[in-house]
Amino acid sequence: MAMVEIDGVRKRYEGGFEALRGVDLAIEEGEILALLGPNGAGKTTLISAICGITLPTEGTIRVGGNDVVADYRAARDLVGLVPQEVNLEPFEKVINTVRFSRGLFGKPKNEALIEDVLRKLSLWDKRDNAIRELSGGMKRRVLIAKALAHEPRVLFLDEPTAGVDVELRRDMWEVVADLKRQGVTIILTTHYIEEAEAIADRVGVINKGQILLVEEKAALMRRMGEKELRIELGTPLDAVPEALEGFGLEVSGGDLVYRYDSHAERTGIGRLMAAVAGAGLVVRDVATVQKSLEDIFVGLVARQEDAA
Amino acid sequence: MNMRAVGAIYRFEMARFFRTLFQSFISPVISTSLYFVVFGAAIGSRIDQVEGVSYGAFIVPGLIMLSVMTQALSNASFGIYFPKFVGTIYELLSAPVNFLEIVMGYVGAAATKAFFIGMVILGTSALFVDLQILHPVAVLAFMVLTCLSFSLFGFIIGIWAKNFEQLQLIPMLVVTPLVFLGGAFYSISMLPGAWQTVALFNPVVYLISGMRWAFFGIADVSVVISLAAILGFFLLCLGVIWWIFRTGWRIRS
Ligand SMILES: Nc1ncnc2c1ncn2[C@@H]1O[C@H](COP(=O)(O)OP(=O)(O)OP(=O)(O)O)[C@@H](O)[C@H]1O
Ligand SMILES: [Mg+2]
Repeated sequence: MAMVEIDGVRKRYEGGFEALRGVDLAIEEGEILALLGPNGAGKTTLISAICGITLPTEGTIRVGGNDVVADYRAARDLVGLVPQEVNLEPFEKVINTVRFSRGLFGKPKNEALIEDVLRKLSLWDKRDNAIRELSGGMKRRVLIAKALAHEPRVLFLDEPTAGVDVELRRDMWEVVADLKRQGVTIILTTHYIEEAEAIADRVGVINKGQILLVEEKAALMRRMGEKELRIELGTPLDAVPEALEGFGLEVSGGDLVYRYDSHAERTGIGRLMAAVAGAGLVVRDVATVQKSLEDIFVGLVARQEDAA
Repeated sequence: MNMRAVGAIYRFEMARFFRTLFQSFISPVISTSLYFVVFGAAIGSRIDQVEGVSYGAFIVPGLIMLSVMTQALSNASFGIYFPKFVGTIYELLSAPVNFLEIVMGYVGAAATKAFFIGMVILGTSALFVDLQILHPVAVLAFMVLTCLSFSLFGFIIGIWAKNFEQLQLIPMLVVTPLVFLGGAFYSISMLPGAWQTVALFNPVVYLISGMRWAFFGIADVSVVISLAAILGFFLLCLGVIWWIFRTGWRIRS
């Protein structure tokens, strides 16, 4: 049984706008799923529907086998949410808001755990500061601390690293990796493809309220993988030699660049290399580069737009 | 029942109160003193006695009710409006709590604050007039019930309000006039005939009358009716809140 099961979920907002248009998704226990999508794709709406912040218009959602509407208590017991917006009480002390979260979720007092969470997020020194005295990145970490304080089994991170510097982002990835080791299921939304690439097990792409694809990150990159072969020559080139026309080559930085589909029956590499040797060019080095998730993502969204 | 959640909300709300304890304490003391100076000394010197009670003492139950109602209302409405305003409501909505637990936390805290203010006013009043309380248990009961039911009412206003103006609107436009016309500073029997009938449509009359009975054994309406009125109001507010959380009105899109 999947940890989170989403079946045919639609969400129509009051104004009539349909933010989710039939979402089906199953998230396995202990995995990290990254949801990628442009602004307004419906990522936050989907998370809000799972966490009980909005009610889906249609469809069902179960967390740990509990319906989020009918058995909301059992479902929400498992869930932690780090919202996209920095929503915090400005005058309250850091440690008190974190303690509050733990109590609100019905967990017994555990000061050692609170300390541990605050330390891990480098907030321990700021524990007695009022929220409004923190920087933006620190506030974001307070939101994470609040969610971790009640030991969720499923954690939703809605753009956790937006507006966070590179070093901190790596710290957060570390925290996420740590949670995964403890078996926590993690769903994060992000605009940063590197982020999905760095920490996710699976990647889902959502646009205009529909999931376009969900796949193992590695498989996704393999399947969609257009590769680039770069041939460094003894003498740098300015133009594609006549003998090599017809391969669709490009010259970049003096190197020959060949694009091919790594899954095709024939990649054409053998023929190209023979032609290169035949043309009397000296090959110094070759390298292949895989297409990034970003390229895949942009391609998918563009294709949905074409279809519409 | 998630009692830990109730406790967490209650403590969190009370912390806000304690941060501003001095203001919370000093402003009712000053305003009560002013009432005594204006109403007790200036008017009281002409009225002397109402139904066998000195005018200064006569206004004490009304003064307490006036403050308790407005305090309960503003504390509770602000308490739930603020999380909506700053967005922290997301946490309440995503937590394993039901409406009763949320209400118990917020309303409990607002009622506690109002009760505290009521006590401060009682204490301040004792400095100005000689007070003898006939039914102390009934005083407590009326105070607690008023604190709770007006906190519930405030909670509803806080959920209904979309901005700070609306938050102030009901207390200013409806409650304050009702309270002033509710016999805090006079006995209904002092009004001309037709107005006595009109006054009976003002729910606050029943509360103040009940409180006055608890203090001095004198009342405009039977204490049983007073008790029934406040209980009815309490249940009505609870029912409305139950409906709000069932439908998600103004809180869950
Ligand atoms: N409360 C609301 N009422 C009406 N429409 C809404 C509401 N919330 C969101 N929407 C609309 O639903 C769509 C999806 O919004 P959502 O916040 O889920 O997007 P998102 O994928 O999280 O975007 P972003 O990356 O910018 O955070 C948008 O078109 C948005 O305008
Ligand atoms: Mg969003």
